[in-house]
Amino acid sequence: MIELLMDRYTYVLMFVLLGLGIYMVIASENLVKKLIGVSLFQTAIFLFFISMAYIDVEGASAPIVPHHGEPGEVMVASPLPQVIVLTAIVVGIALTAVGLALIIRIYAEYGTLREDTLREVRADE
Amino acid sequence: MSNVDLLLPLLIATPILAATLPIALGLRFDRTGWPVAGLTTLGLFAGAAVLASEVYAGNEAVTHELGGYPREYGIELVADEFSMLIVLLVTAVATGVLAYTRRGGPRGNTFYTAYLLLVGGLLGISLTGDVFNLFVFLEITSLATYALVASGDGPESAVAALKYLILGTVAASMYLIGVAFVFMATGTLNMVELAEAIPGAEAQTLIHAGFAFMVVGFAVKVAQWPLHTWQPSAYRQAPDGVTPLIAALVSTASAYAFGRLIVTVFEVEYLATMPNAAAVVLMIGCVSVLAGTVLAVIQTEVKRMLAYSSVSQFGLVVAAYGVVIAGNSETAFVGAAIHLVGHGLLKAGLFLGAALVAASYGARTVDEYAGLATERPVIAGSIAVLLFALVGVPPGIGFVSKWYIALGAVESQLWPVAAVIFLSTMLTLAYAARLLEKMYFTPPAAVDRPHAPGAVATDGGDADRDDSAADPDLDGNGTATAADAIRGGETRDPVSTGMVAIVVVAALAAVALGFAGGTLADLLSPFLTEVFN
Repeated sequence: MIELLMDRYTYVLMFVLLGLGIYMVIASENLVKKLIGVSLFQTAIFLFFISMAYIDVEGASAPIVPHHGEPGEVMVASPLPQVIVLTAIVVGIALTAVGLALIIRIYAEYGTLREDTLREVRADE
Repeated sequence: MSNVDLLLPLLIATPILAATLPIALGLRFDRTGWPVAGLTTLGLFAGAAVLASEVYAGNEAVTHELGGYPREYGIELVADEFSMLIVLLVTAVATGVLAYTRRGGPRGNTFYTAYLLLVGGLLGISLTGDVFNLFVFLEITSLATYALVASGDGPESAVAALKYLILGTVAASMYLIGVAFVFMATGTLNMVELAEAIPGAEAQTLIHAGFAFMVVGFAVKVAQWPLHTWQPSAYRQAPDGVTPLIAALVSTASAYAFGRLIVTVFEVEYLATMPNAAAVVLMIGCVSVLAGTVLAVIQTEVKRMLAYSSVSQFGLVVAAYGVVIAGNSETAFVGAAIHLVGHGLLKAGLFLGAALVAASYGARTVDEYAGLATERPVIAGSIAVLLFALVGVPPGIGFVSKWYIALGAVESQLWPVAAVIFLSTMLTLAYAARLLEKMYFTPPAAVDRPHAPGAVATDGGDADRDDSAADPDLDGNGTATAADAIRGGETRDPVSTGMVAIVVVAALAAVALGFAGGTLADLLSPFLTEVFN
């Protein structure tokens, strides 16, 4: 069990981050913090993808193969998850940008970033 | 036509590239958005038609490997019988809604950009053969949807869009976790390769967990109870011209993707052996059917009522997927596929009808629809036909799909599911009948007039002036509604003949497709024999 934790500590880290992120989304009343929570949630998954590429190959290096190296000599991590994460990061940035733009609009209209205040303001109207 | 597979990347890349044009050209010229969007959409429709004829005539899937990389580590695009149904629906509805917004709004270059991005994302979801690529297109679609919802009048739309963004992003991330787990267990992302690798994979628990995460992710995206909370406010707050597009296509594409995962990636035989998979999917679907209809019955606003109705109709699709898993039922799958198309068409027509009523009659709640049949007979008639088709009165398209799903449930001896489907039809009738009763049997004066000022306040004032200007006209002419509509178009009535015609066409198509239900099933059959062996 301990050994497993030593080997796979990045997976544990991922679930801790995942939990933190979803907790922020649910518990925080501040809209910006909610969005940070969403970002954290996504980042945890990106880290999981990256660490997954390294776990199967003992002592692997980053998947950058030197052009003079012998084939089969260099142990590299699987490059596919890294490519996936690059794409996913771009998607994540776009989502955060749209989310922040919406929050700016909400702040301009209601003058608050807190969800509870927002609820009161909207109930009054 | 050996190069027909090039249509696949073109169908996806063209709208996404064209999406940059309205804003870029808008810096120099006025009014470029409409021609760009119109031409692109027409081109897409033509391309989809050519591709569909190729797929259905050749009875085999057209595939394209992006960049020439083999599908083991590249991205493959696939057009088969199932995906072409959705591609045709997307391009047809997109063309119809675009034609509507020419007159009915919203307009503006940013709208056309978001619109083209949305269409590109939807076509991507329909055509991709790669589970991670599917995530990317889901997110492109969602991003465009958030922007479109937020473009509604008033600050409420931004709140609705943010709620949708947070829930939608967490849901897509859940799906991504599922992809990560399955990728970890099998080492591939291609759907066909996954189907081969999954049954023999060592880490079965990982695959089970991955499927569970995917189910939760799609339950949010498809708006299944109790994860539907983003959907009614998003549909309600989006601009009237945008809601038909979102309601008809976005959840439909997600539901299609879910079905694709079940039949192509995990495969029915494998899922049938997975503990509780069938039970969970069935449960989600059935509960959504009942909860969605009950919530729809108690709504006062028409757009919210239709939104909750979507929850229940998609519940029906998910329940059909459950029947497919539990009973290995081809019939239920045909029902689900037809229901996806039929519901998309019906909801596009109904929301367009609601937008027309709001623009010309100033009515947004069920009570304000009183007397619509005498004042706007064509619109009221179209809405009535669409509602009857939604309930499942033959010969509407809703009847065909519900028949197939119910038949599948009965064949698989899943009596509770069959009971839920019949019950849901009755409950659907309950909310449809409320609207029909108001439109046809309640006199307008009693209820409508006191509400009119309120409607003006939400509607921007224009509608009321044109409405009262058109009223004496109608009284004088009596029956000539078509002529009235044409003259209304000339005197800057917010509703043109073309806009009414689109809703009428949607209603006619819903009935025509009902007659063509058997043909649709025949078109799907090569896909079915491949999937169900």
